[in-house]
Amino acid sequence: MAGQPTPSQKKYQELANSKEPPRGIVRNSIIAFVVGGLICTLGEVLRKLFIAWGFTEKTAGDPTVAVLILLSCILTGCGVYDKFAQWAGAGTAVPVTGFANSICSAAMEHRSEGLVYGVGGNMFKVAGAVIVFGTVAAFFIGILHGLFHMGG
Amino acid sequence: MDYVWAFLVGGAICLIGQIMIDGFKMTPAHTMAALVVVGAIVDGLGWYDPLIAFAGAGATVPITSFGNSLVHGAITEFDEHGWIGVLTGIFKITSGGISAAIIFSFLTALVAKPRG
Amino acid sequence: MLQGKQSWFFESPPVIQGYASVVGPEEGKGPLAGDFDRIHDDMRLGQKSWELAERQFLEQAVNKAIEKAGADKSQITFYVGGDLMNQITSTSFAARTVGIPYLGVFGACSTAMESVAVAAQLVSSGAAKQAIAATCSHNSTAEKQFRYPTEYGSQKPPTAQYTVTGGGAAVIGSSGKGPRVVRATIGKIVDMGIKDPFNMGAAMAPAAVDTIVQHLQDFALAPSYYDMIVTGDLAQIGHSIARDLLAERQIAIDQTVFADCGLLIFDREKQQVQAGGSGCGCCATVTFGHLLNRMSRGKLKRILVIATGALLSPLSYQQGESIPCVAHAVAFEAEGGSQ
Repeated sequence: MAGQPTPSQKKYQELANSKEPPRGIVRNSIIAFVVGGLICTLGEVLRKLFIAWGFTEKTAGDPTVAVLILLSCILTGCGVYDKFAQWAGAGTAVPVTGFANSICSAAMEHRSEGLVYGVGGNMFKVAGAVIVFGTVAAFFIGILHGLFHMGG
Repeated sequence: MDYVWAFLVGGAICLIGQIMIDGFKMTPAHTMAALVVVGAIVDGLGWYDPLIAFAGAGATVPITSFGNSLVHGAITEFDEHGWIGVLTGIFKITSGGISAAIIFSFLTALVAKPRG
Repeated sequence: MLQGKQSWFFESPPVIQGYASVVGPEEGKGPLAGDFDRIHDDMRLGQKSWELAERQFLEQAVNKAIEKAGADKSQITFYVGGDLMNQITSTSFAARTVGIPYLGVFGACSTAMESVAVAAQLVSSGAAKQAIAATCSHNSTAEKQFRYPTEYGSQKPPTAQYTVTGGGAAVIGSSGKGPRVVRATIGKIVDMGIKDPFNMGAAMAPAAVDTIVQHLQDFALAPSYYDMIVTGDLAQIGHSIARDLLAERQIAIDQTVFADCGLLIFDREKQQVQAGGSGCGCCATVTFGHLLNRMSRGKLKRILVIATGALLSPLSYQQGESIPCVAHAVAFEAEGGSQ
């Protein structure tokens, strides 16, 4: 069924689209904004704490992210992350907590298939695309940077 | 005041993500991959570092910062070691984040069962 | 006996000698709780994996149906069944446990009625003395296989459906007390180009309508003949679309009660199930619980159940294919004559 839809399929798809309930994009966007903002604010609190403990502006980022990842794994392990995320949408998915949740949830889910094939082999089911595309993009941008800055 | 900017910038990036999900009907995987690439491009243009200086965690916590770190690693390594740096530097800065995610997830999988 | 284009008429209708449904906690919180044979409060049933739990739901339903039929496992000729898992492993492992000669079928969420139709045909044609038709589904195994890990924080759209955790089974034989299987219509695959696996109702509605229309044509019946016409798991969006499509085909569906198992099994206001229930277990547990119970109590005399299935795989979706669907219909009538 690849290829262009037939006229009757098009007509049906219009009917189907008309029956879709609205997604509540305004409500979801406001919630995502607030929740995402709060998670980032928490990150800022942590960052300032680490700076107070001797990290520099540059190096405080790493432990901040590590703590948020740990929190995300704990909440995922307790089974509450997904419940919160159904409500918060991108507010929990876009911060690094969402990245950690995707890896952690996949690892937990596939534990029943063993540590090697299950946990190891499936951990990056959802996050894999993020890592791959980030890496490939960084490679090309790195090359472009190199071309623009040739000679020093 | 830093906290306000962290909230506003971080929230705004999440808002963009929500619009991608609800407005453009993109899947979570597509949305995250797109945001990472956006972060990479913004850093390639040199605009991400100023954003971090101004918004702090509002720029380092969202997934876009992952793209920024990957590019930063590649560029920094290129500046120091030439072309090979574009390959060897990519994961240098994000190493902490990825390692943390893998290790903590593995440990969680050992002790916690999914609840459905 | 073949009737019309794609239907079977059972002259001496096979009897549902015993039926059973075993469900999970969410289904037990719904409006049909009183009609299930067993409600579990733990989706995992203490098992090591979701898949093992799903098997348990199915085996318990099968054993309960055999017990209620007063049947002897060794006398049941065939086991006809299927489920959503890759290679229908839940069913094959359950068939291994009961040790009955096994015919595995795959119809996704249409499996309940597909297996009843096949089992009834085997009995009616004398090819089997007794046959079991059984199917199951589990919310977590379905999420794990078709969508995301169960603890993953993705936001489900309002068109998404909630896979029922439960198993349903029926023992079918040529004589005895119980509802009768009078007619069946085997559906053909209908694909109107819907690609969104989070909107299966819209994908399946055309197949349901196609089978309903064909059934009424093959038997020259009007909707008013049935007290109730029930689809398997079209849920909110699919059911609404089906109404429109039936009106377009000039089928006066309002002559009867037109319902949907996915809408009956959950209270959408109180439970987080988005558009409604889905899964092989949806049609099975509602039919082999609520619907046949009402028939046994004399509240329903003739019903038509149309189980609907979306025949996609995670791979076909990722490869950009649309979702082909099928719907199979079975007409049940109360003991004691139909006219």
